[in-house]
Amino acid sequence: MSSASWLQFAVLIGLLLVTAPLLGRYMAKVYGDDGKVPGDRVFLPVERLIYRLCRVSPHTEQRWTVYAFAVLGFSLFSFLLLYAMQRMQQWLPLNPTDMPAVTDHIAFNAAVSFMTNTNWQSYSGELTMSHLTQMTGLTVQNFVSASVGMCVMAALIRGLARRRASTLGNFWVDLTRTVVRIMLPLSFLVAIVLVSQGVIQNFNGHTAVTTVEGATQLIPGGPAASQIAIKQLGTNGGGFFNMNSAHPFENSSPFNNLVENWAILIIPSALAFTFGRMVGDKRQGRAVFAIMAIIWAVMSLAAMGLEGNGNPQLDDIGATQAVTAEQSGGNMEGKEVRFGSAASGLWAASTTGTSNGSVNSMHDSFTPLGGMIPMLHMKLGEVSPGGTGVGLNGMLIMIILSVFIAGLMVGRTPEYLGKKIEAPEMKLVVLYILAMPLVVLGFTAASVLMDSAVASQNNPGAHGFSEILYAFTSGGNNNGSAFAGITASTWWYDTTIGLAMLIGRFFLIIPVLAIAGSLARKQPAPATVGTFPTHTPLFASLVLGVVAIVAGLTFFPALALGPIVEYLSL
Amino acid sequence: MTSMSVQQPRRIGGGLLDPKQLWRSTPDALRKLNPATLWRNPVMFIVEVGAAFTTVLAIVDPTVFGWLITVWLWLTVVFANLAEAVAEGRGKAQAETLRRAKQGTVARRLHGWTEGADPAAYGEESVPATELRQGDIVVVEAGETIPGDGDIVEGIASVDESAITGESAPVIRESGGDRSAVTGGTRVLSDRIVVRITRRPGESFIDRMIALVEGANRQKTPNEIALNILLAALTIIFLLAVVTLQPMAMYAKAYQAAAPDTAALNQDGVTGIVLVALLVCLIPTTIGALLSAIGIAGMDRLVQRNVLATSGRAVEAAGDVNTLLLDKTGTITLGNRQATEFLPIAGIPAAELADAAQLSSLADDTPEGRSIVVLAKNLYQLRAREEGVMPQASFVPFSAQTRMSGVDIAENGTTRRIRKGAASAVLRWVRDNGGRAADDVGSTVDGISSTGGTPLVVAEQLEGQPARALGVIHLKDVVKRGMRQRFDEMRRMGIRTVMITGDNPLTAKAIADEAGVDDFLAEAEPEHKLALIRREQEGGRLVAMTGDGTNDAPALAQADVGVAMNTGTTAAKEAGNMVDLDSDPTKLIQIVEIGKQLLITRGALTTFSIANDIAKYFAIIPAMFGDVYPRLDRLNVMRLESPTSAILSAVIFNALVIIALIPLALRGVRYRPGGAASLLTRNLWIYGLGGIIAPFIGIKILDLVVRFIPGISG
Amino acid sequence: MRRQLLPALIMVLVFTVVTGGIYPLVVTGVSQVLFHDKANGSLVERDGQVVGSRLIGQPFTEPGYFHPRPSSAGDGYDGSQSLGSNLGPTNDKLLHGQQDDPSTPDVDESFEGIEQRVAAYRAENGLPAGTPVPVDAVTGSASGLDPHISVANARLQAPRVAAARGLPVERVQRLIDEHTDGRDLGFLGEPGVNVLELNLALDRL
Repeated sequence: MSSASWLQFAVLIGLLLVTAPLLGRYMAKVYGDDGKVPGDRVFLPVERLIYRLCRVSPHTEQRWTVYAFAVLGFSLFSFLLLYAMQRMQQWLPLNPTDMPAVTDHIAFNAAVSFMTNTNWQSYSGELTMSHLTQMTGLTVQNFVSASVGMCVMAALIRGLARRRASTLGNFWVDLTRTVVRIMLPLSFLVAIVLVSQGVIQNFNGHTAVTTVEGATQLIPGGPAASQIAIKQLGTNGGGFFNMNSAHPFENSSPFNNLVENWAILIIPSALAFTFGRMVGDKRQGRAVFAIMAIIWAVMSLAAMGLEGNGNPQLDDIGATQAVTAEQSGGNMEGKEVRFGSAASGLWAASTTGTSNGSVNSMHDSFTPLGGMIPMLHMKLGEVSPGGTGVGLNGMLIMIILSVFIAGLMVGRTPEYLGKKIEAPEMKLVVLYILAMPLVVLGFTAASVLMDSAVASQNNPGAHGFSEILYAFTSGGNNNGSAFAGITASTWWYDTTIGLAMLIGRFFLIIPVLAIAGSLARKQPAPATVGTFPTHTPLFASLVLGVVAIVAGLTFFPALALGPIVEYLSL
Repeated sequence: MTSMSVQQPRRIGGGLLDPKQLWRSTPDALRKLNPATLWRNPVMFIVEVGAAFTTVLAIVDPTVFGWLITVWLWLTVVFANLAEAVAEGRGKAQAETLRRAKQGTVARRLHGWTEGADPAAYGEESVPATELRQGDIVVVEAGETIPGDGDIVEGIASVDESAITGESAPVIRESGGDRSAVTGGTRVLSDRIVVRITRRPGESFIDRMIALVEGANRQKTPNEIALNILLAALTIIFLLAVVTLQPMAMYAKAYQAAAPDTAALNQDGVTGIVLVALLVCLIPTTIGALLSAIGIAGMDRLVQRNVLATSGRAVEAAGDVNTLLLDKTGTITLGNRQATEFLPIAGIPAAELADAAQLSSLADDTPEGRSIVVLAKNLYQLRAREEGVMPQASFVPFSAQTRMSGVDIAENGTTRRIRKGAASAVLRWVRDNGGRAADDVGSTVDGISSTGGTPLVVAEQLEGQPARALGVIHLKDVVKRGMRQRFDEMRRMGIRTVMITGDNPLTAKAIADEAGVDDFLAEAEPEHKLALIRREQEGGRLVAMTGDGTNDAPALAQADVGVAMNTGTTAAKEAGNMVDLDSDPTKLIQIVEIGKQLLITRGALTTFSIANDIAKYFAIIPAMFGDVYPRLDRLNVMRLESPTSAILSAVIFNALVIIALIPLALRGVRYRPGGAASLLTRNLWIYGLGGIIAPFIGIKILDLVVRFIPGISG
Repeated sequence: MRRQLLPALIMVLVFTVVTGGIYPLVVTGVSQVLFHDKANGSLVERDGQVVGSRLIGQPFTEPGYFHPRPSSAGDGYDGSQSLGSNLGPTNDKLLHGQQDDPSTPDVDESFEGIEQRVAAYRAENGLPAGTPVPVDAVTGSASGLDPHISVANARLQAPRVAAARGLPVERVQRLIDEHTDGRDLGFLGEPGVNVLELNLALDRL
């Protein structure tokens, strides 16, 4: 890796270290139980208006069951509206390119995908969706599905922080505050920065131009920046264009790339600090952030390095991948010159450690191990730093699991932040731990048995297997990135990946809310020297070990038959 | 029964495993193969189903490899059963002894007994002890065995409780008060008592003990249930990983159609035997096999220390205890004040004071009195004169009125009167008898009081002379040896100790400081105890306490771990969730350790079990797919001989590790009192890292042996 | 529970208006005022005619122009169909290309592999056999619309371009330097030459 690559990596970490605690503190106030929040003067009237429109009484607290029901109800209506919009877009305005109705299974898949914050796209944006659908359907879900994750997280943190409480807050209030106070202001700022770098924001259709050599080229238009800002901040990842953040109109320059990469990571990273503040122990938040950051850093450096080393088979046939002053080198198939291997590898790790899934390079064309990194990163449960809210939720579940093992080993009933972890919590934890492997391995296995499903592959053999495995890993973890060679817009994949996304989403959210409800009722035990501290490097290493071993043991056979064997046969 | 010597801290051990025990338990282990009982252990049940499946496959298509795998899979289940059977077997041996005490006991049931009634006024019949009902009245005389648990309602007797406590010294039991409870199976040595039976047969202590040590009807504890959920989930995950591997293997095989068929993989995919082998190697069989043995052994260790727990839950709670309430008397101190010093007033030789004090205490049979005699002897070589040797002495007993005792000695025609007692009483006696209290008596007395001690003033009057004070005896509570060290240990474990005493705060503080407890509750009354426990629990703390009196019952019931002394009342025993047969209040400390050790052993073996899987993957995955993707052989980091030897070695290792760990499961992981962080570090290194490395070595060694079996070397 | 359904429905609609209507409109308004050119696609004009976008690569085949990277977007640099090859690193098709399958006359399965591209690049630029070819010249970009090529790639094409235009090679090389986008802030991303701008500059000479 060149020194510029290292610097790029270091600057991104530095940016996060400076901005995440600040944003974390602000968000802790937004979700806090009392006290004034900066911006009340602007935001409060807007919120009050929304509460009045929606007939919500903002001071009513909800039990976990009611909270969960509200989440489900909101998600259901989101899905229905999005589905309907796609199916009827040909009759609706703002359709300058005259897109027809979206096919039923694609519409189902896309509606589930955006409602679950996955943003997997089995379609090509510029060929399928009208501007109206993009703007009032997909962009809206970019906002709210990301916010739902954060609401659930706020509920979980309250469950940990409260003592002998039966309620976890009010979903409608949390949702409104998340959108109004966090998502909208941040998105607006980021969108304007993106436009300043060349990301388009207009309502044009395709502009036909005559090129220098006299050919005709279609230059696309559309309100891209506003959607891209929230797609990154909300760890959504669904691109305005087919090639997502590799498209020059979505990601025009290296600086633009850095801003978007930061936007992908900032909210989930900041939430770690929010967590620390809300449970009244900032060290816990720092420890969580450290765990997240270490996984992310290892994966980033691995992807950057592996892609930078290139594909040995290209050297054999006459292409040079050497790093020189005049070329960035590395495995350039499926990468943009302006990003090179380093910025592409860094992005690949960032987009899969969160539930983002946008790509600025084609993971399918990565070297075998380079391509395994994003896949493995998702299989770790997307906790580094994870999707907005859901990442912290997943991390806290892994922490609860680690606490359980560690608690036994120090001879105490396991407890986290003073709350005892007992059979009811463990039941919910394993529900989550089981759900993701079930859909990933189950659907992958079913797919490779079906000739029609195998025919969707863009590559033969082990790599083709990786494409299928990647697709379900992405769906099951609500990521949305792809080994994009696979033709996923078939009835089978649209349906199964849709199911994978639903299970991946709600088998995290509902157990988490149930855990929150159960923990909230408990009386915390005071910490003594007999309680092991959960903010130390020792505990952080234990969590890292548990995360790695859970994923490693579950997925090693599958990975061995995909990327690992492909690597070994290079 | 006051065996109050403090045991030096010793590590909780569980005795060694006798290899013969393994053999003796084998029939039991085989009986446990019955699926109807095994299904309760989901991990081992899966192994059994797998073993049955491979048996069928081996019969249909017999190969050396197939049969060897099948045999070792069955052995895996048997080994797991063996672990449980051995644990139960050791308990049974203990139970056998207990049961002997119970068998053939005949009860003499009384009809129409009323308190104080003449024995002639009520009838008596002989019934087997097993037919006794709650509320029955029985009479037990010297040489007879008490037929059931109950309270003495009439009489006093010395009882041999060695059958349940192992303590040979007889104890006194009498009606009324805090020593009225008797236990079925113990023997009356002298006198006659009438007992009201308080427990139905089958529920007596002995029955409960038998049930506990045998592990019969063992309820899973909360933590065990939580762990079982995790183990079940891991089993499902691995089942999923293995089942989905089949289509993936078929896909790979179809892609590499030219690859040769092997014992592990052919056109139909992975062979059933290899799939089952992989599954069994991956699911957490080690902890699954040993989990119930660990639980039984934990209760067993408790029983070995003469503690009966009514539930496993209480034992686990003991590991979590944050606050320990200890009665001062009997637990922290030797139970009685002892003379520690003679402080003469100016001009009086200390030896003279000691002599007078000793003389005045000769007839004093209280522990305080005896301690004065002993102290005088130790400090000034004053031999205690026997009461009978001094016919001319007449002793004045202590009375609540005078608040002093003493002796009048006729010597050489004159009478020497010595008095000792509370300062105010003795000084008044001195003044009444024409004397004058020396000034320094008052200051000495105040000095002793202020340090929490008890001053006794000694004065004498020779006939015809004014009385004079000789000095002051310093009585104080003596803290048992080793207590401070134990409390330091508790502190390192994160447990706060609170001393409960009826003393005034000053005295309490002095003793608390000396003993090294963290806090004290002075002038405590039973309701204060209860309030204290509630307060601690409000703060989320778990409280343990010991108690024996009826007035302790509410507090015992409220505490998370309430240990009743066996000498205590039935009410106390009912209220607590443990009974200490030795009535040793310091036992709590050991109970806490056993509770912790139980959890640690579970955690350590779970970690070990899961860590083992890494090596097994590296053994089996290359073996499965090495012929389809020859390059995958680079994952065969152990350089195992052949696919068949690799898989077989992994399966054998998986089975043998169960046997190897049975002693650890029974003994429990070593527990050293200390902070959680250091414990975690240590156990993670040993069982985490050890769990990763051990199978690499074990499987490699097995492979070196197994490769010589014909048909395995591939 | 049922009381949550009405807020659920209304809230979906309210946020559709807020985040789907107001938000993008405000962003569009501000963008169009502050960054009008960029918001509309950074279009490049020649003689008053829009000839493309500086951010979107376009096909060049004439020897007098610098050639962009291979593209999988439509028939090559189709702005309405961004696409990468998505071929895996060990795929024979990517490495060695693929022939058209004569049994399917409607579909053209032929694909120029990296091996063929290397040969073509060397032939086109008159490079001796065995000359290492910069990797970006023979691999497709992610978007299929990559506006850049590496400096090394441009340098190897310079003699061809210079010859076709009858310019001194040094002049062309200098032009490459002038149109190289360096790393942003000196360390972000990688340097690259904007093919469209370079070619337009050539035409302006």
